[in-house]
Amino acid sequence: MNNDDVPADKPRGTSGPLLPILNQPSTRRTALKVAGAALGLAAFGQAISPLWSIPENISVDEFLQRHYKELSDDDKQRIFRRLEAETKQELGIEVTIFDPPPIPGVRFGYAINLSKCNGNGKCMEACNKENNHHRGVDQSYIRVLEMPKGSMDMEQGNTTYDHAVPQDDKFYMPVQCQQCENPPCVSACPVEATWREDDGIVVVDYNWCIGCRYCEAACPYHARRFNWEEPEIPADEVNPNQGYLSNRIRPQGTMEKCHFCLHRTREGRLPACLEACPTGARVFGDLNDPESDINWVLKNKRVFVLKEELGTRPNFFYFFDS
Amino acid sequence: MSSTRTDSVNPTRSYPHFLWWGLGEATNGGILFYVWMFVLTAISLVGANAWANQVAQGMIVTGMTDHVSWGLYIANFTFCVGLAAGGVMMVIPAYLYDDEEMHKVVIIGEAVAIAAIVMSTLSVVVDLGRPDRFWHLLPIIGRVNWPMSMLTWDVIVLNGYLLINLHIVGYLLYMRFLGRKPNPAWYVPFVFLSIIWAISIHTVTAFLYCGLGGRPFWNTALLAPRFLASAFVSGPAFIILVMRVLRITTGYSAPPGPARTLIQIIRVAMTINLIMLASELFTLFYAGGAHAASAQYLFFGSHGHHGLVPWIWTAIVCNLVGTVLFFMPAALERGGIRIAACVLCIVGIWIEKGMGLIIPGFIPSTLHEIVEYTPSLVEWKVTAGIWAFGFLLLTVLLKLIAKVFAGDHVTG
Repeated sequence: MNNDDVPADKPRGTSGPLLPILNQPSTRRTALKVAGAALGLAAFGQAISPLWSIPENISVDEFLQRHYKELSDDDKQRIFRRLEAETKQELGIEVTIFDPPPIPGVRFGYAINLSKCNGNGKCMEACNKENNHHRGVDQSYIRVLEMPKGSMDMEQGNTTYDHAVPQDDKFYMPVQCQQCENPPCVSACPVEATWREDDGIVVVDYNWCIGCRYCEAACPYHARRFNWEEPEIPADEVNPNQGYLSNRIRPQGTMEKCHFCLHRTREGRLPACLEACPTGARVFGDLNDPESDINWVLKNKRVFVLKEELGTRPNFFYFFDS
Repeated sequence: MSSTRTDSVNPTRSYPHFLWWGLGEATNGGILFYVWMFVLTAISLVGANAWANQVAQGMIVTGMTDHVSWGLYIANFTFCVGLAAGGVMMVIPAYLYDDEEMHKVVIIGEAVAIAAIVMSTLSVVVDLGRPDRFWHLLPIIGRVNWPMSMLTWDVIVLNGYLLINLHIVGYLLYMRFLGRKPNPAWYVPFVFLSIIWAISIHTVTAFLYCGLGGRPFWNTALLAPRFLASAFVSGPAFIILVMRVLRITTGYSAPPGPARTLIQIIRVAMTINLIMLASELFTLFYAGGAHAASAQYLFFGSHGHHGLVPWIWTAIVCNLVGTVLFFMPAALERGGIRIAACVLCIVGIWIEKGMGLIIPGFIPSTLHEIVEYTPSLVEWKVTAGIWAFGFLLLTVLLKLIAKVFAGDHVTG
């Protein structure tokens, strides 16, 4: 169109294998187009220049790393050493990354006694420290809802209370990952970066997650957290005891969630939030062991789960004393 | 034009040759054309720069939070998928009902679909926290959660739709370029496939949201039908505007029939859309309870938060006024009423599907906390960049189409 200022093209097709642009009269317009394209490319290069910092932060090995389930034991050892070296380089501290497997025959469950919990928030603090959370925003995998007595409607709840606890007319309900038997987050993930392990713990491969946050939209319990920026932790506060699928320092742009402190619980210890709780409201154990504390609660208390109607089948229970 | 050409079978006029020729032709134009292209390129570059900063600094530069974890990008994605699917409303009359006049302009709808799919895909890519791991989404070299994840389905159907439309448009233009008659065996089956596929892309996109039991505002079986109905308004309305712009700028004059057919389709689709919206709102507000919490926040505000109220009422007014205008007899003729109706309905549906559907799905959160969301400047820049790039692509495609259909490449 509108090319009346350009001499008309000669009929083409008989001119052999030359590129068509060479057949055209070398007008000013063609020269300008080439110049324009070159300028455009240069401007594009300049526009995306912030991306040039990526090769410094992401090694070729990291870029090409396979999904967790496709890694051999040798691959894993190499990756753990690489991550340890990276932490050493960035923060100047020694950390140990390991990957305890699920204990055969164990299925973890958690229960909270709502009559005991008084909303002191020690569990959130412990989670923040244990799991190497980003310090800037007091991140934690737990949210404690302050609810008015006389209602179980979460709409009446408040997680941002900032006053002495417990208040007489309130009760307190901590919510974290419910480790569902039928987890909507796992179905949602487009790349299988999150899955349910044999002991019932839902984990994330922080090096496979693409950061689409569909799992965060799918979770009915607000249990997932996204790393909106590079997590910052003072070097002297880093927990050096790090599980590969749990509390190691997470990369920017990936999803994370409560993993029942698997780096502790798979080694026979208790979750950090339970150890920190001053009221004894938290009960943790093996659902497959008839003698476990958690099974005593299930047998002797009337328990309920959150949002049972959604069919997620949580392994996280709530109960009252009387 | 084809009978006298002897070079039509010349093997050197290969497909790459045609594409190169097309690129040359599509970048020829007058001063206004170059200004248009320059402005679009500049906006695209601003978007690219904002996105690069977002990747480097993290998504903290967006207005999104763990409470509202999807924002403007996914809202815009949803609208663009609808735009792409809406093009099918030209294909159906042309191929299923043998509407001769529609047949002449159906390729415009397919070009719009191509540009809209590219915009949808870009909107998802810019929403990724780790775009460097995009390859994890690819079959074979990545690890796709198929058939369980609706997002995996969406990636498949969107790319499939892009390929189908690239094939149809490319083949038809190439045959015309060569001066040959297109062989129906090479494109008609794909056209019929594209009809089913167009409906599937928007259905799967709705399933992405309505399949989530934890988000009561989205968890409704009406979502996919509503998406389709509104797509069959926004798509045809957009195409009518494109035809108008083509008429003004290139003199490529479409016959009056197709636009009238599109307006009849819009009248029906918009009415169905409004009925479904009313039905949805009745169910939510009459029954009340927790399921109505998001709708309450969206339409009237909740607990002192009113962030989305101006958005949704703007959308409601745009949609209602646009619908009334579409039903006026004057809308069947070229003129201001038709243009205004198209613009109003496009704006109304963009808001209704984005700020009016994606965002309130997160407010209140699943633990019933109210955290509001406002898109950041970075998000606006990136979104504007995506639109500018889409228009850039559409302009090049339409220039090529106009050139090939005008037939003046034959004689020069």
